[in-house]
Amino acid sequence: MVSKDKNRRLLLQGNEAIVHGALAAGCRFYAGYPITPASEISELLSVKLPQVGGTFIQMEDEIASMGAVIGASLAGEKSMTATSGPGFSLIQENLGYACITEVPCVVVNVMRGGPSTGLPTNVSQGDVLMSRWGTHGDHPIIVLAVSSVNDCFSLTVRAFNLSEKYRVPVIILSDEVVAHTRECMTIPDQDKVRVVDRIQPNVPPEWYKPYADNNRGVPDMASFGEGYRHHVTGLIHDERGFPTQQPKEIDRFLHRLHDKITKGFPEIVLSKTIDMEDAEVCVIAYGSVSRSAMMAVKKAREHGIKAGLVQMITLFPFPRKVIDAALRQCKAAIIPELNMGQMSREINRVNQSGTAIIKMNRIDGQLITPDEILKKILSVS
Amino acid sequence: MVVEAEVIRQEYLRHDKKFPHVWCPGCGNGIVLGSLLRAIHALELPKDDVVVASGIGCSSRLPTYIDFNTLHTTHGRALTFATGVKLAKPRLKVITVMGDGDATAIGGNHFIHAARRNINITAIIINNNTYGMTGGQYSPTTPYGDKSTTSLYGHVEHAFSIAELAVTAGASFVARGTVYHASHLDRMLEQAIAKRGFSVVEIVSNCHVQHGRRNKLGGAVKMINSFKESAVPIAKAKKMSPEDMQDKFTIGVLCDVDKPISTEEYNRIKQEACKIDDYEETHKRKETKVKRHEE
Amino acid sequence: MKNDSRYEIRFSGSGGQGIITAAVVMADAVGSLDGKYVCQTQSYGPEARGGKSKAEVVISNGPIDYPKAMHIDLLLAMTQASCDAYFFEIKPEGLLIVDSTLVEQVPTSRAVAIPFTAIARKEIGRELVANMVALGAVGYVSGQVNLKNLEDALLSRVPKGTENMNREALQAGIEQARKVDISNLPRSFVNEWEEEF
Repeated sequence: MVSKDKNRRLLLQGNEAIVHGALAAGCRFYAGYPITPASEISELLSVKLPQVGGTFIQMEDEIASMGAVIGASLAGEKSMTATSGPGFSLIQENLGYACITEVPCVVVNVMRGGPSTGLPTNVSQGDVLMSRWGTHGDHPIIVLAVSSVNDCFSLTVRAFNLSEKYRVPVIILSDEVVAHTRECMTIPDQDKVRVVDRIQPNVPPEWYKPYADNNRGVPDMASFGEGYRHHVTGLIHDERGFPTQQPKEIDRFLHRLHDKITKGFPEIVLSKTIDMEDAEVCVIAYGSVSRSAMMAVKKAREHGIKAGLVQMITLFPFPRKVIDAALRQCKAAIIPELNMGQMSREINRVNQSGTAIIKMNRIDGQLITPDEILKKILSVS
Repeated sequence: MVVEAEVIRQEYLRHDKKFPHVWCPGCGNGIVLGSLLRAIHALELPKDDVVVASGIGCSSRLPTYIDFNTLHTTHGRALTFATGVKLAKPRLKVITVMGDGDATAIGGNHFIHAARRNINITAIIINNNTYGMTGGQYSPTTPYGDKSTTSLYGHVEHAFSIAELAVTAGASFVARGTVYHASHLDRMLEQAIAKRGFSVVEIVSNCHVQHGRRNKLGGAVKMINSFKESAVPIAKAKKMSPEDMQDKFTIGVLCDVDKPISTEEYNRIKQEACKIDDYEETHKRKETKVKRHEE
Repeated sequence: MKNDSRYEIRFSGSGGQGIITAAVVMADAVGSLDGKYVCQTQSYGPEARGGKSKAEVVISNGPIDYPKAMHIDLLLAMTQASCDAYFFEIKPEGLLIVDSTLVEQVPTSRAVAIPFTAIARKEIGRELVANMVALGAVGYVSGQVNLKNLEDALLSRVPKGTENMNREALQAGIEQARKVDISNLPRSFVNEWEEEF
């Protein structure tokens, strides 16, 4: 059943492609709780993980799922959970724990309409800022937005790689449209997939300091049960992993958490630009909406309008450079979103060139259509 | 015995790193720590293969001081992290240390589900009838009528019986001990850790600083001594009338059964699923690359 | 890639009729086997049976940006309710296919009416496969798929032991559709309705 998947053009849902991406990246542990519209990820992994020697478990809630994911990662397995809005609220507690203890893990949030139970079967992009700031305290995090079945595969692999390399939780923001759209893709050979593993210590155990800084800002990570007995705590800790209340140590620790991501910007921050070379009006979009935007931009070009698209792939850390460049170049930027303007607020924050920022918000559970965006482009041209 | 104690102190404590500890003088947590180390020592478990996870609270600081793979998690969630560790590396011996509020209030759902699942983990629950670290608020085991910083008029709710709860939820092994009966506690912990399946030991302990002081139960010595009177071995309790058992509780092994363990059952599923085709050839789990330094 | 190479099909009916399955098989045949670009989407409510069910297949020779249908080329309506709800989203030169067992009032004469459910019940012996009879007709009428590939895609997705039944259902649908002369239908809905518009 599985081997025929390789090298064959397959019709896959976004959720299924995430599963294939996770397995290709080396994910061998998954804990989750049933929730629409993310359940297909659990269902497929419950079949596939044991086939590759991995482990699937359905926990009692999303808090528990996230706890188990962190536990498994500490024991050395690449781990993941997938959920949607209400469950994403619950994972925030332990997501913060993963941030402070620098445990690699991947969290998929298939966005549906909110708040609360909201619109379980409809699309939304209402969790954008929550994915950045959902858990309490200042913390670094990486958020990637998928827009197609191919993305779901490749960005899941990338999410695991970034997570392992920077020892930080990575959130994959999907949405109901991407999750359930079926498209064809060919799953690449395993040796064509670039896989990054966490760096493990090579010093004798008695020399090992689990949170010591190095030139990467990312400490080597030992797994439980490999001879490197150490302490892991959600309290602010010193470089040996033990709780500290020394202002100097606290400051150094928290700065390192943030700096390791800053150092990685060039690798972490991804975006795609289309027809931006001579664009006078740009559309800045992400997730499923970027597909509507792409079509709108093409249609605008057919109308002779110099329109371009910036598709944000990494939402956080915020792709300041590319957005700044687009805003400086264009007289107007249209930001279509399936929320009340969460990303347009961020974009406005970096707008130093006085470019007109035009929000487009749709919150009725439906995807923005290309025609709606085209109309906006025509109105500002 | 003295020599043995010194061996255990040298071998298992992070004496060069994390002392003094945070506990108040006279706290029962120290007795539990000693008992746990004696049990692990008696079972001759390699330190590298032991994981001790805890939640949040006074009791949950315990793993900080002992030289194993230690994991101080979020409030109530110790068992969820422990479940992940155990499933990812079943060869590890996973023990959790929790308090009464930690395990049965905020972590109550995780507790009953870990028991239902019968995952091969030992849960040690230190029950001091209060939230000590946050200032003595009432917990799920605060007795009816007692005073706490959030029940100064007297507590109007009823207490959980942790060990009985664990039996009903499906744990394979459940025992109760007290910090007065230290050598009995050694045996209970030893049996629990050796047990295959989900094992629970509820340890009745004292918080003379919070619960004891507000309810005029005396200092540490008086409180711990009182367990001598109130704890009744299970066999003896069976012969006693309900009136005689008023304000008393049983100690000993409440339940010891054998049933399929989910970790092992899942292993069987893996073996069968792997046979479905050759997919695992390319996705084979990589052998861990860590070199051991054991010279 | 020009947008006009898009061909949009909407399958509609009620939950439990196998609407989504039919769309998935179509997409699989067009995408995996014919090698065209395809996007298949659906909308659904909380109920597993009953309620409105809608699935779409967008076919193109180039990458597909917007994944959902905008101007429908072909609407399959398996119930009166879905026919009424979606008919107005068909392009003027689009086409309507209805299950005449269940759709009594066909809103246009630019329609292909075939009693899919009755055929499934009488000829195949299982009403359950009405969706596959309909799929056969959609595959034939749309002209967007290699019919051999459609059958292969179907057979790779059905439970073991039901292959023959499903194949017969699909072929019955294709046969029925062959009998319809589409060139005889009005060219466009607009011509026919222009009085009222």
